[in-house]
Amino acid sequence: MSSESLSTRPAHLQHHFADTYQQGDAARLGMWVFLLTEILLFGGLFCFYAIYRSWYPDMFINAHRHLNVWLGGTNTVVLITSSVTMALAIRSAQLGKRREAVYNLVATLLLAAVFLIIKYFEYEHKIHLGQLPGKFYTFQGIAGSNPHVFFSVYFLMTGLHGLHVIGGMGVIAWMIQRTRRGEFSPEYYTPLELTGLYWHLVDLIWIFLFPLLYLIG
Amino acid sequence: MAHDTHTPHILPLWLYLRIGIALLVLTIVTVWVAQYHLGPWNLFVAMLIAVTKGTLVAMFFMHLKYASRLYATVFVGALLMLTVFIVFTMFDTMYRDKIYEFEARPISDKAIIYQQNPTSSETPDTASAGAASPASTPVDSGH
Amino acid sequence: MYTGPENSYLKQPRGLKSWLLTLDHKRIGVMYLTAIMFFFLVGGLLAVLMRVELSSPARDVVSAELYNRLFTLHGAIMIFMFIIPSIPAAIGNFVLPLMIGAKDVAFPRLNLASWYIYVVGSLIAVASILQGGVDTGWTFYTPYSTSTNSAVITLTFGAFVLGFSSIFTGLNFIVTIHKMRAPGMTWFKMPLMVWGLYATAIIQVLATPVLGITLVLLIFERLFGIGIFDPAMGGDPVLYQHFFWFYSHPAVYIMILPGMAIISELIATFSHKRIFGYKAIAFSSLGIALVSFLVWGHHMFTSGQSELAAMIFSFLTFLVGIPSGIKIFNWVATMYRGSISLKTPMLYAIAFLLLFTIGGLTGIFLGTLAVDVHLHDTYFIVAHFHYVMMGGTVMALLGGIHYWWPKMWGKMYNETWGRITAVLVFVGFNVAFFTQFIMGSQGMPRRYYSYPDQFAFLHEVSSVGAYILGFGFLIMVIYLIHSLYRGKPAARNPWGALTMEWEAASPPTTHNFDKDMKLEHGPYDFDRVEVEDEEMVKA
Repeated sequence: MSSESLSTRPAHLQHHFADTYQQGDAARLGMWVFLLTEILLFGGLFCFYAIYRSWYPDMFINAHRHLNVWLGGTNTVVLITSSVTMALAIRSAQLGKRREAVYNLVATLLLAAVFLIIKYFEYEHKIHLGQLPGKFYTFQGIAGSNPHVFFSVYFLMTGLHGLHVIGGMGVIAWMIQRTRRGEFSPEYYTPLELTGLYWHLVDLIWIFLFPLLYLIG
Repeated sequence: MAHDTHTPHILPLWLYLRIGIALLVLTIVTVWVAQYHLGPWNLFVAMLIAVTKGTLVAMFFMHLKYASRLYATVFVGALLMLTVFIVFTMFDTMYRDKIYEFEARPISDKAIIYQQNPTSSETPDTASAGAASPASTPVDSGH
Repeated sequence: MYTGPENSYLKQPRGLKSWLLTLDHKRIGVMYLTAIMFFFLVGGLLAVLMRVELSSPARDVVSAELYNRLFTLHGAIMIFMFIIPSIPAAIGNFVLPLMIGAKDVAFPRLNLASWYIYVVGSLIAVASILQGGVDTGWTFYTPYSTSTNSAVITLTFGAFVLGFSSIFTGLNFIVTIHKMRAPGMTWFKMPLMVWGLYATAIIQVLATPVLGITLVLLIFERLFGIGIFDPAMGGDPVLYQHFFWFYSHPAVYIMILPGMAIISELIATFSHKRIFGYKAIAFSSLGIALVSFLVWGHHMFTSGQSELAAMIFSFLTFLVGIPSGIKIFNWVATMYRGSISLKTPMLYAIAFLLLFTIGGLTGIFLGTLAVDVHLHDTYFIVAHFHYVMMGGTVMALLGGIHYWWPKMWGKMYNETWGRITAVLVFVGFNVAFFTQFIMGSQGMPRRYYSYPDQFAFLHEVSSVGAYILGFGFLIMVIYLIHSLYRGKPAARNPWGALTMEWEAASPPTTHNFDKDMKLEHGPYDFDRVEVEDEEMVKA
């Protein structure tokens, strides 16, 4: 282990690591393990979805027609684009282009906001119609048994995903701040990289939620 | 202590843009395909496209293609466990009450212990057994 | 209070604030140890209270409703607040970085956060008492948990929060083991304790998130009636059990694997012999971790799950016996022809071998479909899991505490009292729980505060066993606390062990080692490494 002497240790290197590479590797592995826990957290809801869809296939088809494919599709496009800008932000940081990195991060943040605004209109429409989970379901006009279950699934899955988008926006805003302060360099941009991993996972989950909820039949 | 990579992979700009465009095209394709009624194939096609998109995101945006194999192991391990969770739970939910469809019947039709009158050579009538219990699935292995 | 070397982690830096904001894994380990031991005491007192009630068939001290609340709280405290964090978060936190020659865990701040989350989660869970307690049992089965008017939400929310603390510990350990090992320490030169903690951490990060979402769904079901577990709304209460046991079965291995990890260390050290079948023990830990995810349905044989699922789960359950058996045989083979010294930790290790074998084998009974129909929800199962959890994990924990006590505090406890207590605990435990096997096989159901007269004698014996056990723990508390003040100073390596933590001072300095560590010999090379004599002290 090449122990860097105290004088040459960069400011971002914590005392218990031998060098920057060890610290970066540890952080990346930690992030991947965290993403694993996120996948299994959503996993419970995917299991919920799979079982009820297999029990009530016709109801799921009838109920999903009340979701707006165009809004869902637009949101998919928005989130994928935000993933691209996130990836580009990290690339800019790798090249040491600070201003470009900030622009890309701001674009990511704005796209995330657009996603939430569209989601808000979708939710508002459903709340207005009474297409709500469980006991709050008052809508008439979906054939099949227990249509409220579909909306339980819908609101739980998109709700948990939405919370992750909001959390991600907070982190991205923080990263914009840190990038502007010039904390990152081609040698050290680990926090940015980890934010990217998280944001891509949020995108990845939506990539599955979209067809499972909006494109059933 | 083995380090994975000491130099970061800086991917070219065009790669990110092409992956992005591929993802958008696949999104349009999946919406388009969903307009046709393919029965169970709808789910299959939608999942195939989603998995393709997911793989692109993981491989290029999340750098799994270039980073340590360990991260891919963690990622795939999570998906495997999720699969176990869903599949094993469905072993239950898809097969509940199936046992009531079974009826008692000889383990082997030819076994001597079931032949009360070995001389009369009367074999169990599979057709009438089926009529008595429409849900059962008699096995006529002897014929 | 404590008098020891000035430069130890216990003294530097000083002040309460330096403890509350510490990033030192050793201090966090000690803080965890204090907290879990507090909850062990609370849970233990609840157990004694139940045994007092059960010492005669009539109603003695508590009502039926209160009894339901007692066993729920006993279960929840012992599972979520004591046994799951016990070995990994308390002992593991302290010894893992020392064992691999690191200065700290990979994410010290996350480590501290996990302790605070643990405390907050525990407080929330305990707050449920103020709302009148919970009467569902620690498993919170629907539909009862969604219809009872006791404080289910508070307790489950507490468990939800505690889950994060467990995830953070697991995540930290995985990264620490992968990235922080001293040069020269390859995977197969790690102490087996580290392998056990690694397998545990894998389960923690894979299973705990599912518990999180399950408890959220349960809370939503109660608050908003989302219908997922409610048959009247097209839902399915058995689905809750699937969700719950997908976490809680692997969680059983979160409890036992670190126990097995400690036993590997104790057996090798006190037999002064190279461990037999190193790789077999290491891989059987991973094997247990893997199989643990495939068997949860054996908790649901009588709950109405499909027969197909029940058969698959029953078959897979038998597989657990293989890696567990491999471990037991390897430990026994290590002891064979070893130079065994029966110090207190070794007594606990031997207790573990005996008790865990009984616990494990009765698990095979219960995993057998037809037998389980007879035995489910009886005292047989109560005895089974206490043999595994208490006879297994708690014995290992006690062995571990005694083994690393000199390293942790720099003081030796009184060996004679240690041995007497180990025997008392062993005897008390068996008297308390072996009787329950007999009662269970005769049909005494669990979770009842009263029972027919035919069980009166065995219940009385079982209660006496519980009192002996409690008395043993009382003596332990006394001599351990006494050792902090009056104990002899501990040598660097009082047991003559070869793992790296014994190369640090007792107690270690803040940065663990005086030098950058490098592996010089394997953890169990007793056949070729001579432990220097001046390091050994006579007890």
